[in-house]
This record gives sequence, C-alpha cells and structure tokens, in this order.
Amino acid sequence: MLTVKDLSKRFGGLLAVDQASLEVPEGRIIALIGPNGAGKTTLFACIAGFLRPDGGRISFAGDDVTGLAPHRIAVRGMVRTFQITQPFARLTVLENIRVGAYLRTPDPQAATELAKSVAAKVGMESRLDMPASDLTVAGRKRLELARALATAPKLLLLDEVMAGLNPTEVSEIVAMVRAIRDSGVTILLIEHVMQAVMSLAEHIYVLNDGRMIADGAPNAIAADSRVIEAYLGRGAAARIAGGAAHA
Amino acid sequence: MSGRQSIGVAACVLAAVLLPLLFAGPAPLIVRSNYAVNFGFLVLFTAFIGQSWNLAGGFAGQTSFGHAAFFGIGAYVSSILHVSHGWNPWLAWPVAIAAGGLVGCFMGVLSFRAGLRGSYFALITLAFAEVFRIGANSVPFTRGGLGMLIRADPRAANFQFRDPIWFYYLALALCCLSLAIAWWLTRSRFGARLAAIRENEDAASALGIDAFREKVKVLTLSGAMCAAGGTVYAQKYLYIDPSLAFSVDKSVEMLLVTMIGGIGTIFGPLVGASVIGVLGEVTRELGGSIPAVKNAQPLSVILYGIVLVIIIGYMPNGLLGLFRRRRALRQAATANAS
Amino acid sequence: MSLDILLAGIVNGLLIGGIYVLVAVGLTLIYGVLHIINFAHGSLLMAAMYAVYFLWRRPIGLDPYLALPIVIGGAFAGGYLLYRLVIGRMSHGKDENILLITLGLSIVIDNAALFFFTGDTQTIEVPYAGRLIEFGSALLALPKLVSFGAALLICLLLGLYMRFTDMGKAIRAVAKERQGARLVGIDVEHIFAVSYGIGIACLGAAACLLMPSFYVSPSSGHAFVLVAFTIVVLGGMGSFVGALLGGLLIGIVESVGGLQFGEQLGQIGIPLIFILVLLLRPTGLFGGRT
Repeated sequence: MLTVKDLSKRFGGLLAVDQASLEVPEGRIIALIGPNGAGKTTLFACIAGFLRPDGGRISFAGDDVTGLAPHRIAVRGMVRTFQITQPFARLTVLENIRVGAYLRTPDPQAATELAKSVAAKVGMESRLDMPASDLTVAGRKRLELARALATAPKLLLLDEVMAGLNPTEVSEIVAMVRAIRDSGVTILLIEHVMQAVMSLAEHIYVLNDGRMIADGAPNAIAADSRVIEAYLGRGAAARIAGGAAHA
Repeated sequence: MSGRQSIGVAACVLAAVLLPLLFAGPAPLIVRSNYAVNFGFLVLFTAFIGQSWNLAGGFAGQTSFGHAAFFGIGAYVSSILHVSHGWNPWLAWPVAIAAGGLVGCFMGVLSFRAGLRGSYFALITLAFAEVFRIGANSVPFTRGGLGMLIRADPRAANFQFRDPIWFYYLALALCCLSLAIAWWLTRSRFGARLAAIRENEDAASALGIDAFREKVKVLTLSGAMCAAGGTVYAQKYLYIDPSLAFSVDKSVEMLLVTMIGGIGTIFGPLVGASVIGVLGEVTRELGGSIPAVKNAQPLSVILYGIVLVIIIGYMPNGLLGLFRRRRALRQAATANAS
Repeated sequence: MSLDILLAGIVNGLLIGGIYVLVAVGLTLIYGVLHIINFAHGSLLMAAMYAVYFLWRRPIGLDPYLALPIVIGGAFAGGYLLYRLVIGRMSHGKDENILLITLGLSIVIDNAALFFFTGDTQTIEVPYAGRLIEFGSALLALPKLVSFGAALLICLLLGLYMRFTDMGKAIRAVAKERQGARLVGIDVEHIFAVSYGIGIACLGAAACLLMPSFYVSPSSGHAFVLVAFTIVVLGGMGSFVGALLGGLLIGIVESVGGLQFGEQLGQIGIPLIFILVLLLRPTGLFGGRT
C-alpha cells in the first residue's frame, strides 16, 4: 500500500533523514521506532506531505505522491495524526470529528451521523458537546484518532499516539488500534512505548540518525544488536550478552 | 435554531419592519423623524458590512485591516458606471458586487499563495486598500480627491428614495440576508471547514481541507458583500471620495463592530453596530453640548479606540461571548449542584 | 527626468531617508524584542511632532534641535509607561492581540489630535530654515542636512549602547531567548517596557529632526505608519542593518517617485513595495524570522 524508497530530507547542514526506505503492506500494522531525534517525525512529515523531501520517492496505492500537498494526500486516503495533539480547540468534540467526516460527504446530516458513530468507536460518545480544549491528554489523543478515522482512511499514520498515557490508557488505545486495523485500515505508527509496539506491530522498522538500521519481526528486532546499541550505546549489546553469560 | 429562538428572531424582524412606521413612511403614527430612521439605517447598514468582515475575519479567522478596499471598489464601480456612463444604478449594482468579489479573489490568491497569515495578512490587506486609495486620488476617471457627486434624482427606479424609510428597509433586508448567510455558514460544510482552518490550519490540511481554496472562497464572498454595501452607501449619501471610501477608518469600523458584538458569531456585528451607534450618538450629544467643543465627531472615534483596546484586553469574544460564557458557567454550576 | 533632477531627488531622498531610518529602527527594535507589530508607531511619531511644535511656540520658544534631549526623554518615559500600563497588561501574552491593541491606541491618539488640534497642518519656522548648502550641483537645505547627520549619529549611538552596555546586552538576550533570559534572572517585563520606551524615544528624536523641514497634522500618523512598516519589512523584521538600508532606499523611492509621478501618485510606491516584499520575500533583505 505504501512504499517509501530512499527518502532523504536535509535542513541546511543537517541530514535529518538519509535514504530511508520502508514498505507497508495492506491491512498490516507496521511500527517505526528509534531513539529520540532519529528523524521519525520528519520522515512522517515527508510521507504525509508536510515537508518536501530532498530525495527519494513515496508511492501510495500505486500512485506517486512524492511532494504532494498534505490535503491532497489526505483525500487519497493517507491521513496522519500529530505527535503534539492539534485539536480544533474552540470546537466541540463532535464538531472536531465532523470536520474529518466532511471529507467524504458534503451533507451536514450525514457527516454528523458519521461523526457520532466514529466517536462511539473511540469511546467519546458521552463527551460530544465538550469543547476540545477541556479534554485531558488521553481524551485529546482519542479525539485525534477519531478525527482521522472519520475521513475513512486507507492508511493511518499515527505519530506517538501513546505518548503521555498511563499503562491502562495505553492498553485501551492498543485495543482500539487493533480494532481499527481489523476494520480494514492499514496502520503505520511511530512509537516509543515498547509495550504497545511489541503487542501491535507485525513488522518493525528502526531508524537511527536518519538511517534505517534494521527491520524485521518484533522478536528479531528486540534481539538485534544494532538496535540495542542504537538505544543503549556502543558495546551495550556485548555487555548484555556477556552479563547473560555470567548469570 | 430552536423553535423558541426562531420565534424570537421573527419577532425582532417584525419589530424592525414596523417600528420605523411610527416615525416615517406614508403616515407616521407618532411624529415624523428622519433622525430615527437614519439612525436605524446606519445601524443596520454597519451591521451588514460588519458581517461581511465577520465572514473572513471571524468565521475563517483571517483578520483583515483593508476591507475598505472592497467597500470603495463597490462604491466607485457603481458610481462611475452611473455618473460617467449613464448606467442605471440598479444595473450597476451587480457589476459592483462582482468587482468586489473579483478583488477579494485577487487579494486572496496573492496573499494566501504566498502563505501570509495573521498580522502579515492584516497588513497586506491594509496596503492593498492604500494602493486603491492613492490610485483613486490620482486618476481622472474617479475625479481624484474631489470625489464623485451623484446627481440627486430621487426616484425608486434610479436607486434613490425621497423618503429615507426605503433606504432603511433596504438596509434591513441586506442585514437579514447577511444574518442568513452567517447562519448558513454555521451549518454547512464550508463553514465547518473555515472554522477548522481558523482553529488550526495544519490540522485542517491533514484532514483533507484545501485551506488555500477555502480561504480564497470566503474572501471572495466577503468582498462581494462588502462591495454591495459600498454601492448602497454611495446611493444614499450621493457622494464618495477616496478618503471616505478607502480609508483605514472604514476598515476599522467593520472590524470594531464585529469584535464588540462577538467575533465569529451570527449576531455579533448587529449587536456591535447597535452599541457603536448608541455610543456615537450619546457622545456626539454630550460633546456637542459643551460650548468649547467645535467638532464632537472625533470624540466618538476616540471612544471606539478605547473600547477596542478594552475588548481585546478583557472580552476578546465580545459581548455575545461574555453572555455565552456566563450561561455556560451557570449551566455547569447547576449541573454540579445536582 | 533629467539627470540633475534625478540626482537632486536621490540626494533629497537620502536626507529624509536618514530620518526614516530612525523611525524604522525603533519599530524593528520593538518587533525584535517584543515580537509585536507596533501599529501605533506612526501616531506616536505624530504626537511627538506636536510636542515639538508646542515646545517651539511661545511662551516656551525652544528650538527643535535643542529640544532633542527633552523630547527623547519624554518619549522614552511615555513609551515605557504605555507598555507597562496598557500594552503589557492587555495582551495576555498573545502576539496577535497586540496588533489590534496598538491599532486601538493609534485610533485614540489620531483622533485625540484631531479633537484638540483640529485638522489644520502646523509648521514651525526656524531662522536657518532657508539656508542652503552647496553639494556638487545640488542645493541642500541646511536643516535637512543637519537632521540627516543627527539621525545617523543617534543610530550609531544606539547601536553602541545595544552592544556594550549591560542593558543593551539584556535587551539582546531577551530578543534572542525569552525564557532563557528569565531563567538567568532578567526581569523580562521591565526589558520589554524599556525596549518599547527606546523605540518611542527614537520617534521623539525623529520628531525633532523632522519638524524644521516638514509639517504635522493629525493624519500624519497614517502616512508614517505604512512607510515605517514598509521599511522594516523590506529590511527584515528585527534587523538594524535592514532598517538602515531600507530607510535610505525608501526615502529615495519616495522622493524620486514624487518627482516622476507627482505628489499624489508618487506615494503609491510605498504600499506597492510593501505588497511586493511580503509576496516575494517576506523575510526581507536581512531578516531571519517570519
């Protein structure tokens, strides 16, 4: 469904993303992980059209979408959420979600109904008239998810949707994401919360210093020495292996 | 709108239609007073052009300091067609409206294509209005700084009315139209998208909204509406010049009535225009009664400036916003108590 | 237009441009430090010019150049208080509101002037107003020359002040990194007020330097504010060098434009440049921020 090939993005002298490639097959949940500052959100921003890549190609559902404006990419069915939630603060929860619904229908009545059903899917049906600015962090994350969902996307780009949530809230969102995938939406997510990554992802890509250093099934990635070193520093893998030998 | 609200609005409209008949029209029931009718005209007219500003500045969040550009274009296009080319003003009116829309589209395309937002957008609209003002002051077909005089010929077919009550009714109709447009915005996809753009343009883009196109659309609509007002103004007062039609004061007036009443609300401009109208009259009366004061007009404008600062400082959502907040707090309090 | 007239236009433009530089420096300083667009800049200049006028009139009869220290000091104090009592209080930290607040202030100031002074223009007459100095083939009015020199001198002094004094360093720190400055103990609100005060003090100086050669009327505020914005946008918001070059350039454009297209139409160059800069290069020639 989504193919990213050799994508690069430079900011002045800094090469934030260096020839990164990844593949997201239809109907899967794929995760993108890596230490802070690795370039994950930059990569997302390039894929979703918010930044123009300096090199590489992005193809979505068979079409080349490299460098298209964000709204055009959203219309094609690839929608992103934001790491720091961006609610429409003075609008209510219902109005927020309805903006997403309006992408697929011009009729206010239909859009409202669609928004209500999406709200129910993420458990916000009791807070429809609450101004978005009154929501807690967990509420805003759900709202962000609901808004994107209302656009009936084919591929959802979730940027650290678990950040700032406690373990209970994380489990709830994990279940929600799985349900969304089961309803036919492909998912690519950036995540730091390993609990979520391990339980959700079918395939993991690891980005470090802008470069893709590994990819594979969750268990393989967890044991991969390059990944361990990216997070814990050089020689950590050997130390861990040595420590295990002595234990 | 709820049933009770609809009845309320209908009652107000009925009152607005019937009240002036007490003072004017074919058979004034109390006493003939053009003063009252003209006051009513001014309030409704200002509410109308204020609403045109509200569409772009309030609903879409694109603050403009140069709406006088549209107002002046409307006034000048219809006046030039009428005075210099013999057109009937009723026929010139739609041309003026289209011209206003065109200018709005042009300004929008240039400014939004360049990614201008917030204060930069406000200032560039001001600059556009200035270009028009200086241009109108300098070219012969606008009669330059002398302005244009429309020959008085008070026949309805000529878009002039002997009895000011007809201008009043025209302003009332336009005001109601503007309220209807604003109401439509609150329930349509276009309006929802504008609200999204206003709140967070990037998030709106991520949801598939073509922010550029929607902003240009609203500025075009706003420009057309405002230009319609320009023509009415010219036909009522039979005189326009660049410093009246394209002035910063005119732009500020539209902005001010909307902010006082409640930016982004349906009735905001009407509430604001009423407040400003009353404040203006009171200040002029009080100022005029002081013998040393030669010209009390600037006094009311000083007051407007002070009111603007106070509104921004203490009630950025205007009077309607204040009532809404009080009511929400009261509802929350009773909900908590129960 | 013959070369002689063109040259005269350029030189005259440079001379008034020097004073524009002073006006623009104040505006760009205020933007650079407070990140606010001071819409009241033109109106405050007009108010300062009226102050110079009244100081010049009997019974005080003070020459505008001699009035420099008084007007500068008064303008600084006025600006400081204006920020502390009005602007700082009302903005609640939201930058967009400040444009509207300063707009409101400009309305109050413009119309207060209209109310108290009526719409008439006022000029002052100094004994040396007619004195001309030869400069190549051009004849330059002495007051314009003196004002030009004084404006650039004041800019230089301000630059040195910003570079070498503790206050100047504090101001530059706040301009670069507000939170960081707070963390090292700088009273940021005070610095804001001081910066605003300095910006207005520049207007006070400019007023003294303008009055010998020009008139003042309540509508002067409008005229100056767009010129000031255009210069600052052209030069780059927050850039001193930009304000310097922009001021001189705009002075020339205004002067030559007036010669070529007449008093009225010549003014159109200013808003047109403003529009073009914003559309094509919003950061201006030297600016960094957008």
